[in-house]
Amino acid sequence: MPEKKQETNNIILDCQGMSKSFGGTHALKDVTFQVKKGQVHALLGENGAGKSTLMKIIIGLYKADKGTIFFEGKPYQVNGPAEAIRAGISMIHQELNTEPYLSIAESIFLNREDVHGKSPFLNKKETNRKAAELLRQFDFNLNPKILMEELTLAQSQMIEIIKAVSCNARLVIMDEPTSSLDSEETGRLFRTIRNLQSQGVTIIYISHRMEEIFQVCDSYSVFRDGVFVNSGELTEVTTGDLISMMVGRKVESVFPKVDCEIGEVVFKVEGLSGKGFRDISFEVHRGEILGLSGLVGSGRSETMRGIFGMDPLTSGKIYLEGKEIIIKNPRDAINKGIAMINEDRKNFGLCLFRSLRENVSLPNLRKLHKGTLINQNKEKTEVRDITGQLRVKTASIEADAFSLSGGNQQKVVLSKWLMSKPKVLIMDEPTRGVDVGAKSEIHALMSKFAAEGMAIIVVSSELPEIMGMSDRILIYHEGRLNGEIAREDILNGTADQETILAKEFGE
Amino acid sequence: MEKANEKKILGMDQHDLSLFMKRYGIVFIMVGMFLILSVSSPNFLKINNITNVFSTVALNGVLAMGMVFVITAGGIDLSIGSMLALASTTIGIVLQATGNIPLACIAAIIICTFFGLLNGLLIAKFDMFPFVVTLASQLVIRGLGYVISGGYSFALANPKFSKIGLGKLWNAIPYPILILFGITILAFILLHQTKFGRYIYAVGGNINAATASGVNVFWTRVGSFIISGFCAGVAGIIMTARINAAQPNIGIGYETDAIAACVIGGTSFAGGISTIPGTLVGIIIIGLIYNGMNLLGISSYWQTICKGLIIIGAVMLDTIINKKR
Ligand SMILES: Nc1ncnc2c1ncn2[C@@H]1O[C@H](COP(=O)(O)OP(=O)(O)OP(=O)(O)O)[C@@H](O)[C@H]1O
Ligand SMILES: [Mg+2]
Repeated sequence: MPEKKQETNNIILDCQGMSKSFGGTHALKDVTFQVKKGQVHALLGENGAGKSTLMKIIIGLYKADKGTIFFEGKPYQVNGPAEAIRAGISMIHQELNTEPYLSIAESIFLNREDVHGKSPFLNKKETNRKAAELLRQFDFNLNPKILMEELTLAQSQMIEIIKAVSCNARLVIMDEPTSSLDSEETGRLFRTIRNLQSQGVTIIYISHRMEEIFQVCDSYSVFRDGVFVNSGELTEVTTGDLISMMVGRKVESVFPKVDCEIGEVVFKVEGLSGKGFRDISFEVHRGEILGLSGLVGSGRSETMRGIFGMDPLTSGKIYLEGKEIIIKNPRDAINKGIAMINEDRKNFGLCLFRSLRENVSLPNLRKLHKGTLINQNKEKTEVRDITGQLRVKTASIEADAFSLSGGNQQKVVLSKWLMSKPKVLIMDEPTRGVDVGAKSEIHALMSKFAAEGMAIIVVSSELPEIMGMSDRILIYHEGRLNGEIAREDILNGTADQETILAKEFGE
Repeated sequence: MEKANEKKILGMDQHDLSLFMKRYGIVFIMVGMFLILSVSSPNFLKINNITNVFSTVALNGVLAMGMVFVITAGGIDLSIGSMLALASTTIGIVLQATGNIPLACIAAIIICTFFGLLNGLLIAKFDMFPFVVTLASQLVIRGLGYVISGGYSFALANPKFSKIGLGKLWNAIPYPILILFGITILAFILLHQTKFGRYIYAVGGNINAATASGVNVFWTRVGSFIISGFCAGVAGIIMTARINAAQPNIGIGYETDAIAACVIGGTSFAGGISTIPGTLVGIIIIGLIYNGMNLLGISSYWQTICKGLIIIGAVMLDTIINKKR
């Protein structure tokens, strides 16, 4: 190995010749990755490019097949996240791994609990106090004694962030930290990042949201299919440049919404109330894409879960094609032609240890029958078809869902519901963690399905997505609807991001 | 698919090897045991011994084919041992009263299936732990066996009925083997080729995702226990016919062997992972263990100890091979 001593003043992390394969899949091929001290470094690449794999190697979750890592000028090797934290590196994972029955405080201080003096007895009071203080620092109004299982996905994500940041690491890896956060929380994260940066902490930032990259990062590296493509300073490139480095071809980064004819009302709710939302009424027309915007916790996802029969409704009526329907559980909803893509793909979307094929066909088995048996040929063809359309990157459709990269898992969840061709499609954060190319692919599919007569409801924390795709936007504020914006208003400039944000904050 | 795997065996790297072992390792163990036994014991390969292995395997096999559904759906059924006894006494009563063999068999199957249904309903309806529910219901079921037989064992003296357990088709293939064969095929189709089988995997793999995908979680769970009860009924018939007597005290510990066969065959206790061919291999391995120990003249006390150790070994192997993150 070449001596790296001269550059150490500048480069904090230096990965040379990293290779890693899983079976036949080469996740990383002779990758070089360098990060300068004190910078926020963006790591970019399509879904399955190998970003998470390299980060997991750095914190010792995976072992590289080849390659050497220097951290702060010294050769670096660890056998797991605990050692990595001791060495000064912490990580926010793309897939959250929360312990549902731990409290927030216990979760933040897992493996570094406070004890009374030198005794083995836990000092819960001190742990809770420190947790409360951290939460306050992050303007996060939650009781540290609440159990993790009661938190929403976004709240758990914030706890993960707080946890990683509170380790006093000199290098913090953030693997898609904002994929389930709203604009306010994202802003809070960015303030934290700047704060850390001013203390000399270095950050590796992975995200598929290009606007964030330019807001918060200094430099970048791009991977494509497990190979290092390029790196440099962000001041020298444009979004377009980065995208073509990632994809290797030109891709439309703007959402290609195709306007189609909007028909009669297909789906309507009246006065829906439940835990987290009150008195919600709206209707969706055939061919319409209805966007729901709001801060996380404002009741959007909760309403959708209520409609889909996952949580009980306390009052309200639901109409499908003019007739009132009662939905007691998701099966009722699916049978009536309503499908829902859940924001939490790990808990509600996938059976991680079953194959991609089985995951995609699970809600569609009724259509894949030949007599009493599943028509396996038809199943394979249709699954290949839809996953191909969404460009799921996988060795085969028989691969475990677990072995896919985060974005590809999301595409599997999308495939499973798009294949079911429902009358009403509810999409809660449909493009969470999906790369730029695939995102416009998904948006194109949404337009196509809408044109075929589907009514689509989209919940998204990404304002550009909501604004780009929706025919109409409803805005939530603290569990109630607080305004509506039509596509024309956005197109002719009478409404913009600021208008929506103002309404989200209750105006 | 098959071809691709064959190609890889030659220039296999470590990951491929572990994947390969995960899938087929258990087959090698079975073949290895076969080879070792045929070398170390001259009697092993004799036709008589082999049919013997398989017919003892049949009883456990039928039980394991039911158990694999329950474990895959994320449960466990400890009550099948006592169902054997209940089946046996039921057959005894019906045969004594009517002499009608099909009726006796059907009655045994119905009563065991019914208790399977009851187990399932309790577990799925009230969301109780399968372990606890079946641990308790096993007492009820065994007690019922004692009640309906008055606590006595009685000989059946029905040579026609005993044929089910001891007879052979064309004087070559024992009927229990045929029954196991039939049940295995049914189980294979059900688990691997029907909607219900997929639902079993989904419920065991991730019950929340299954619910959100519109799977009828309630009936899927209940269904797994019904199948287990049904298989226990069939196994009860074989067992009663083999001993040609109705006994309320038989079947103790049979759930252990069935669970062991599933686990050795690659069924994950966490649910959601299993295969029918794997389970069959697990069944045969257990049969070989018993037969091998008999042939090598190991005393039955030591056999029990060995059995326990081997199950621990199998579970350990399973966790090591299937190590997941
Ligand atoms: N445990 C695993 N077993 C098998 N293959 C894996 C495993 N983990 C990752 N892979 C494969 O390695 C490749 C790189 O995955 P990785 O998770 O690093 O992608 P990524 O760049 O983080 O993508 P995303 O943006 O979707 O998160 C993918 O093709 C993936 O299928
Ligand atoms: Mg990733």
